[in-house]
Amino acid sequence: MSETLQHIVIVFGILFGLLTLAAGLIWIERRLLGVWQNRYGPNRVGPLGIFIVLADMIKIFFKEDWIPPFADKKVFVIAPTIIMFVVLMSWAVVPVAPGVVVLDLNVGILFFLAMSSIGIYSTVLAGWASNNKYSLLGGLRMSAQMFSYEVFMGLSLMGVVIMAGSFNLTDIVNAQKNMWFVVPQFLGFIIFFIAGLAESHRLPFDMPEAESELIAGFHSEYSGMKFGMFFVGEYVGVTLISAFIVTLFFGGWHGPVLPPFVWFFLKMMFFICLFVLLRAALPRPRYDQLLSYGWKILLPLALLNIVVTGGLVLAFE
Amino acid sequence: MNNSLPIVKDLKEKFGDTHILEQQTRDEFPTVWVPAAHSKDVLRYLKYSIDRPYKMLYDLTAIDERVRYYRDGQPPSDCTVVYHLLSFERNEDIRVKIPLRENSLALPSIVDIFPVANWYEREVWDMFGIKFDGHPNLRRILMPPTWKGHPLRKDHPARATEMGPFQLPEEKQEHEQRALQFKPEEWGLERQSEDSDFMFLNIGPQHPGTHGVLRVILQLDGEEIIDAIPDIGYHHRGAEKMAERQSWHTFIPYTDRIDYLGGVMNNFAYVLAVEKLAGIEVPDRVKVIRIMLSELFRIASHLVWYGTFAQDVGQMSPVFYMFTDREKILAVIEAVCGDRMHPNWFRIGGLAQDLPNGWEKLVQDVLDTMNKNLNEYHKIVMKNRILKARTVDIGAITLDEAIEWGVTGPMLRACGLEWDFRKKRPYSGYDQFEFDIPTATKGDCYDRAVVRIEEIRQSLRIIEQCMKNMPEGYYKSDHPLTTPPRKAGTMKDIETLITHFLSVSWGPVMPAGEAFFGIEATKGNNGYYLVSDKNTISYRTRIRTPSFPHMQIIPLMSNGTTVPDLLAILGSIDFVLADVDR
Repeated sequence: MSETLQHIVIVFGILFGLLTLAAGLIWIERRLLGVWQNRYGPNRVGPLGIFIVLADMIKIFFKEDWIPPFADKKVFVIAPTIIMFVVLMSWAVVPVAPGVVVLDLNVGILFFLAMSSIGIYSTVLAGWASNNKYSLLGGLRMSAQMFSYEVFMGLSLMGVVIMAGSFNLTDIVNAQKNMWFVVPQFLGFIIFFIAGLAESHRLPFDMPEAESELIAGFHSEYSGMKFGMFFVGEYVGVTLISAFIVTLFFGGWHGPVLPPFVWFFLKMMFFICLFVLLRAALPRPRYDQLLSYGWKILLPLALLNIVVTGGLVLAFE
Repeated sequence: MNNSLPIVKDLKEKFGDTHILEQQTRDEFPTVWVPAAHSKDVLRYLKYSIDRPYKMLYDLTAIDERVRYYRDGQPPSDCTVVYHLLSFERNEDIRVKIPLRENSLALPSIVDIFPVANWYEREVWDMFGIKFDGHPNLRRILMPPTWKGHPLRKDHPARATEMGPFQLPEEKQEHEQRALQFKPEEWGLERQSEDSDFMFLNIGPQHPGTHGVLRVILQLDGEEIIDAIPDIGYHHRGAEKMAERQSWHTFIPYTDRIDYLGGVMNNFAYVLAVEKLAGIEVPDRVKVIRIMLSELFRIASHLVWYGTFAQDVGQMSPVFYMFTDREKILAVIEAVCGDRMHPNWFRIGGLAQDLPNGWEKLVQDVLDTMNKNLNEYHKIVMKNRILKARTVDIGAITLDEAIEWGVTGPMLRACGLEWDFRKKRPYSGYDQFEFDIPTATKGDCYDRAVVRIEEIRQSLRIIEQCMKNMPEGYYKSDHPLTTPPRKAGTMKDIETLITHFLSVSWGPVMPAGEAFFGIEATKGNNGYYLVSDKNTISYRTRIRTPSFPHMQIIPLMSNGTTVPDLLAILGSIDFVLADVDR
């Protein structure tokens, strides 16, 4: 097999696997929520209700694709595509197994951070272009939330970078061969986990949507496939954050007996389920509480983490 | 005439015998007629100057007297405005009536004495067309702004068929649509301040956070609420007007739909008022069964509140747990009443049926699961730190404010006043039960939650006592006005047969008079003020609901907070829109 062909297989393999997983999450999340809430969840269509995914897809594709007359049409259409584009691009740098990565960038982490910064535009523009007050509030909340959590999301990863001595994700995974970074970088892990939760704006950090306050927040006016893109974009975002947690802190594909790819997948699924559990369990803080929590607690902690890690690494070298 | 009531004597001394006229009512509340010119002075005196004052304006309504026949000893009046005041220190009520003639339907507004009168006066204006001079914003509150006429007047049709076919020509449509347009100035809202333009946000009438068709107009600076104005009336169904067409008996199902989470609790207040009017004493078994069912409904209602309250602050799961538990309670209610939300099960002088065989097991089931589950819910909801951060010190009101604004029920108790009709004026034998009145101190969203959850536990205690001490006996009273009456004697003597026949075919004829009965319902004090003109139907039925005044303090609680806080506040009030609008 030529190298080009192999590369193409990897690209489409990951893309296909990812989209299948994201779609499957519709079912996984609803079933898991059902389990935790003393009810069944979707269990009628197909075995264990798994074809609800298909039903949902069909529904979303065939819904009227409506753009409100008061909306800013161009931006309204572009906004949901941004989130899809960004989360899929970020996945390009994730090493799934040894050698199985779309783009082995030597600045992988920076690329991921850059992409997630661009992702903000999706929600902000959607909120703005909808020309709806609820959407506007959602978009505003989103920008405030993302800007503040972006800061220490990056900082929380610097500990890992210092220890691995590289921005390249494959190198980082290889550096964890003997010990997962979650042990020395536990603080960094916690901060990154919280920031990642905020980035994917899911409960308890779903202020931009906040169903009981803002109806559906920034995507109130969206329907059909354009809504579908936000929907799938959110799920791909969840897998992305989970994949990064696994790659950066839990040794990526490393693990005994089972093949590397399976280890990666299992670890990632664990975190995805954790995301769902958090959604089932926690109430939503007020957005100003969220922001002050970020700036006053998490940011100093992230800085402290860098100083201590850097100091120790210097001292032992 | 019983002139010994000290408060009436006091008033007569102060304002002169000629101005104060006493009226006897079936509920034995002191009731005085005061000429319109003195109305404000009397009310001011009762609130400020008297010893142990009447601090709460409990209710304000009117009666269209034009076709009333039996009103001996009452001064001439076409439309009577009725003020109902409550004194916590005395544990007494007083009713002040103002006679008005058709050509001068106006009174001075008392908003400056009782702020809660604001909405009540608007309601009276809306329903009877009585003007209140000096009212800051006298506009319709329940009916649409374009409505013609005043519905609770006797000459206003009660049915659509009496009003001719509905038509909507183009001019009318445009007129209606213009009336719907939002103009901030009409609501007394500024469009901008010195340094910012305000955003106006409609929360509702269709919104997942308002629990029904409620509209709150928000004046926002960023997400900070400058002013919040609740707009009600979307759920108005004219229950009070319907009462003037239904027989005493057939109005019972309508009461179910007032506070639709409270079920028999609505029947309870109505039936007790009718029984007071008729002078019916019910057997002990009836009393205990009524209490048991009411407490089951109290728990069911509080569970709905518990779940949705958690949901309003963003917690997704609790509502499913609470509804699962509520389902168990509804199963008992279904087994007993045959229906779940609208049981329509209490009757004048008794109940629709006796308890079914095996009811103890069902009730025991509820007691077992609830006692266990409540602890778990406490852990996942009340101990959650995010929830605490969202609700502690949010939407707090002081006890004085609460009394000033007519707040009753758990919200009043959360401010620290131990006031519960079940203890203070035990009805239906509540004095025979052991239970506590939970209170809290801060009056914020969290404290309201604490009070309600403790109330669930107390209700469980009451139910357990009901179960253990259920008296034997018949489920109806022997009184001839009991509806439907007992049939046992009908085949033996003609008198009983005739009464039975009339009572079943026409419905019972209640003696002329007036009676109010208030009970501690799920959301606060629910009361029915009935005026009988010795007929098969009520002459006037006034439904005093707790949610109506609670709705009015939303601005007080939410101004200066943010949009998410407003939702937490709305969740903590525990209102039902049908209970607000009737």
